[in-house]
Amino acid sequence: MAEIPLKKVKGTVVIVDERCKGCGFCVEFCPIKCLELSGQYNSKGYHPPVLARKDDCTGCDICGMVCPDFAIYGFMKKKE
Amino acid sequence: MGEDALYTIDNVVPPNPIENLLRMDRIPHIWCPGCGIGTTVNCFVRALQTSGLDLDKVAIVSGIGCTGRVAGYIKLDSFHTTHGRAIPFATGLKLANPELKVVVYSGDGDLTAIGGNHFIHAARRNVDMTVILINNMTYGMTGGQVAPTTPISATASTTPHGNFEQTFNLPFLAESCGAVYVARWTAFHVRHATKSIKEALAKKGFSFVEILAACPTLYSRRNKLGDGLDQMSYFREQSEIKNGADTKSVALDFEGKIIIGKFVDIERPSYQQSMYDHLRKKLGDQYIPSPEMKNVYGKNGN
Repeated sequence: MAEIPLKKVKGTVVIVDERCKGCGFCVEFCPIKCLELSGQYNSKGYHPPVLARKDDCTGCDICGMVCPDFAIYGFMKKKE
Repeated sequence: MGEDALYTIDNVVPPNPIENLLRMDRIPHIWCPGCGIGTTVNCFVRALQTSGLDLDKVAIVSGIGCTGRVAGYIKLDSFHTTHGRAIPFATGLKLANPELKVVVYSGDGDLTAIGGNHFIHAARRNVDMTVILINNMTYGMTGGQVAPTTPISATASTTPHGNFEQTFNLPFLAESCGAVYVARWTAFHVRHATKSIKEALAKKGFSFVEILAACPTLYSRRNKLGDGLDQMSYFREQSEIKNGADTKSVALDFEGKIIIGKFVDIERPSYQQSMYDHLRKKLGDQYIPSPEMKNVYGKNGN
């Protein structure tokens, strides 16, 4: 039986660095672990997340739902 | 917003889906890093957006406390009331304008300690409102004193040798007082909580959703439970979904298993419906309800 390749959903996230308080919820609870805390600081001294593996992101918006500071959200990209 | 924002095919970045229901001039909010209240607000706003309610007719009532700030952050008709009195204000609001969908959004100390009696009687009367209670197991805003929801043996600023008072089992309290919808979730179960809040908003009568959220600053740190992320991991690992579980069996222990799920979903005439039907029956045509009252509760042709 030929393997049918799964259609991969592509997405991305928008991060508002200045609103982030560095709690790390989005990094921990991303289902595919494509976020990381960055080495950069925002003006309050927290490390905001970055999309480290942008090809893996599906835009599922779990990060947006767990973020207590409304600082990140994901969305799916339109098909090419 | 980095360069990833311009990564879409047609270069259109959709706005944050919840920002249209938040007062963005007040953001960033006052909650500590790792606090779960913001996560529950996320769930609530998404539930409101998908509920199909007319948002001009939704009113949010909050009491005092960390969770009491929610009314100030949500861009709907909202009311920040005195301590513990969110439910009486909401009852009055609903009686004065029956067309409103009244949501009480407050904390465990506000709703079940200072306002405990109001909670009991609103559930007993089955007043038509949705109560969302964020349980962080302590009084966060005032300095981490012991609350009726603090688990036995947990340390609080007023119980340095551990708490020895019996803990409130809130779903059992709500069910035994007569609530028609009782559910409990944690800040980790965002999708479940959103769905549950949506169901509670659609319910006629006193619907109650308890959401456990961490207080990393005053509860977790004092009890050496780590930060907000550790508490969220605890919610993930120790929660067990048991829909329809007997609410007697869902009491919370210190760092023990958390039973979550939808426990009660029954039908019972609400306070306003009972009042309308009773007065209509007793007084007949002498009873002249307000047009809004008749519009909402007079659906049975009388």
